[in-house]
Amino acid sequence: MIATLITQLLGALAVASAMMVVLSKHPVRSVLYLVVTFFFISGLYIMMNAQFLAIVNIIVYAGAIMVLFLFVLMLLNLNKDAEPKTPTIIWIISTVAGGILFLVIIAALKDIVLVSSKGDMAELSNIGLVENLGTTLFTKFVVPFEISSILFISAMVGAILLAKRDKQVID
Amino acid sequence: MQASTVNIDFFVILATLLFVIGAFGVMIRRNMIVLLMCIELMLNSVNLLLVAFSTYYGNADAQIFVFFIVVVAAAEATVGLSILILAYRHLRSIDVSIFNKLKG
Repeated sequence: MIATLITQLLGALAVASAMMVVLSKHPVRSVLYLVVTFFFISGLYIMMNAQFLAIVNIIVYAGAIMVLFLFVLMLLNLNKDAEPKTPTIIWIISTVAGGILFLVIIAALKDIVLVSSKGDMAELSNIGLVENLGTTLFTKFVVPFEISSILFISAMVGAILLAKRDKQVID
Repeated sequence: MQASTVNIDFFVILATLLFVIGAFGVMIRRNMIVLLMCIELMLNSVNLLLVAFSTYYGNADAQIFVFFIVVVAAAEATVGLSILILAYRHLRSIDVSIFNKLKG
């Protein structure tokens, strides 16, 4: 079936571009590969019929957060020579540790028995659409939604306070 | 929208793989900006798994949780990058192995 094939292809491409984020030496290339990864993950969201989250993922992650990262990279003016080198022993240890972490998580999740009323993902409901999510957000989760605005204000004030120079003399 | 008949196991393995790649990046990279990006990658793998299970169980609550995770990630990136700029101004480097002043 074509949808299954597209989903598996998107997953494989997401893993490949995530590997490129980690392995590419140039930080700007890492940011751009991460944007590509987020686009593939958004494609997976669309294949799961979570269309609101696919759009939010592109707008907020690829549009806002990654541009912020790119902006800081340009501001600090880092090039390939400033990139810190990693010792070979760290590479070997990290590869082994990462592989073991993957094996442990997969082994832990291998035997779980999932009980679903639907049974399969074959028939997709319309829970991921804007109408349904908006109703849930503004009825059941309205208090966390308001608290998240306080979080944003504190993050904004904190960022301005941190990035401001200590003594600013205005003539 | 064409229905996807992919098994839930595929998404479990995919999200685990993305999470492990993010953790691997945190271990091998020394650049502080790339470290923050790897943390974003790990957050996204968790989001992917939450959406997969939300679709699997037909429950919208997990997708609202993903929405809040995106909100917290935006706040975290803002504060983290401003701390990074502050550290760069003091030390003229973004190598995390230099930031060892708190080490006993």
